[in-house]
Amino acid sequence: MSNFETIIGLEVHVELKTNSKIFCGCSTDFGAPPNSQTCPICLGHPGVLPVLNKQAVEFSMRAAMALNCEINREQYFDRKNYFYPDNPKAYQISQLDKPIGEHGWVEIEVNGEKKKIGITRLHLEEDAGKLTHAADGSSLVDLNRQGTPLMEIVSEPDIRTAEEAYAYLEKLKAIIQYTVVSDCKMEEGSLRCDANISIRPVGQKEFGTKTELKNLNSFAFVQKGIEYEEKRQEEEILNGGEILQETRRFDEKSNKTILMRVKEGSDDYRYFPDPDLVQLSVSEEWIERVRAEIPELPDARKQRYVSEFGLPAYDAGVLTASIKMADFFEKGVQEKADPKMLSNWLMGEVSAYLNNASREIDETPLTPGNLAKMIKLIEDGTISSKIAKKVFKEMIENGGDPGTIVKEKGLVQISDEGAIREFVVAVLDRNPQSIEDFKNGKDKAIGFLVGQVMKETKGKANPPLVNKLIAEELKNR
Amino acid sequence: MSQISKDEVKHVANLARLSLSEEEVDVFTEQLDAIIGFAEQLNELDTENIEPTTHVLELRNVLREDQARESVPREEALKNAPDERDGQFKVPKTF
Repeated sequence: MSNFETIIGLEVHVELKTNSKIFCGCSTDFGAPPNSQTCPICLGHPGVLPVLNKQAVEFSMRAAMALNCEINREQYFDRKNYFYPDNPKAYQISQLDKPIGEHGWVEIEVNGEKKKIGITRLHLEEDAGKLTHAADGSSLVDLNRQGTPLMEIVSEPDIRTAEEAYAYLEKLKAIIQYTVVSDCKMEEGSLRCDANISIRPVGQKEFGTKTELKNLNSFAFVQKGIEYEEKRQEEEILNGGEILQETRRFDEKSNKTILMRVKEGSDDYRYFPDPDLVQLSVSEEWIERVRAEIPELPDARKQRYVSEFGLPAYDAGVLTASIKMADFFEKGVQEKADPKMLSNWLMGEVSAYLNNASREIDETPLTPGNLAKMIKLIEDGTISSKIAKKVFKEMIENGGDPGTIVKEKGLVQISDEGAIREFVVAVLDRNPQSIEDFKNGKDKAIGFLVGQVMKETKGKANPPLVNKLIAEELKNR
Repeated sequence: MSQISKDEVKHVANLARLSLSEEEVDVFTEQLDAIIGFAEQLNELDTENIEPTTHVLELRNVLREDQARESVPREEALKNAPDERDGQFKVPKTF
């Protein structure tokens, strides 16, 4: 189709979930009143001395190792100089030459094909403050976020499609969430992504000129932004135009990328080692101690769900994509829920509810124990799957024990043959046309009759029993 | 031979957000040239087998535990700000 191939590299910034900032003791809690979490160090007052947060170093080492990076044994911090009001020191403390980790990779799977995406580097730095642009043209600065520990994770230009970019981000996020070093909440800015995109004729070795895409507020927008950008660049080139080194932003309303600025020359940040911070030596022993803190990661869990619980690989992949979902699943299995049924409920009703309500599973009153109990009620025939949906809705909205909900709402399944037969006979008596249709070979008529019986019983009749009894009664007509 | 060009001086001034007149560019080119020339003496040393120095102190791993402590009151934080609004630093338009 196209004679061009797309080259994509992603830069992902992830805030670390430490209690305090990277170089001072101010809190990192999200959502505090503006400028209530600052001190002379993060405000950039002269003469102060930053001191490195040990937990920030260990969290970023843990993430780097989970992403298969090699840890640098000798590290130091650099000053990256730039003027912008979100940064009161006029420099950001970052790592240039000796980052926390280098040469890592993650494995993604797109359309059944596995592929390794290289990670060039993972370095530790400080986040900047937050700017709000006021209507009168001035800008307001909140420095609460200034100094929050931040990891920057730079991928190799190994990504070739928007789908691969999406899969890479999902995988990266899952791995980092499993290591419990960040919440990775895009809506709170604890995970942010920029994309570098260029295209080149198939077969050409040199990269084309790249554009940088910013303001990507969800993984879906990353995918859409890349899809738009590759088309735009191709059209530009085919029309004899030239790709300029531009920074563009993704506009969510029009699904287009919009020019922010053209880059002239390369950035000149004049990095130099920060004299306020001494060198960081990472011993083999320290590395091994941090390595031991890495929990079981998504791929390993996925395999275990297949081998231990007999789940299809697809199910295992979906459940393990989110650590909260995976933890919920395991607790449900511990509560003796049938793994496949539990998986079906989590991937079906539960996910649908969560997506709809924009909530995480731990933000609902639903517990693994109660969901497991509900599944057992279905298995032992106390409630039908249809009734279960009503019970489930009550459980996820208001919580509660499924047994109690079933009793209180009178939802127990009717499995008494005699009782159901009465309903069946009454329905058949009222629908002679359906009986006629059935005798004329229209099997669909049965479905209608079953539906009528279910309606009469408010969904409480045991469906297999209804089917069986309708078949029996039809023979007598 | 000159160590630094006028264009470099203009570039550095631009990075530092300094606005220089042509006369000032001349003055600073001459002064910076002399400074760089002085520092150039360091290049006479043979550093072939010496690891690059990133810090003058031999200290390593000065770290603090991850404990949050109280921040300064907001009024204190904003005390030196030339302008403020709603508890935030107010600055001129940025772009």
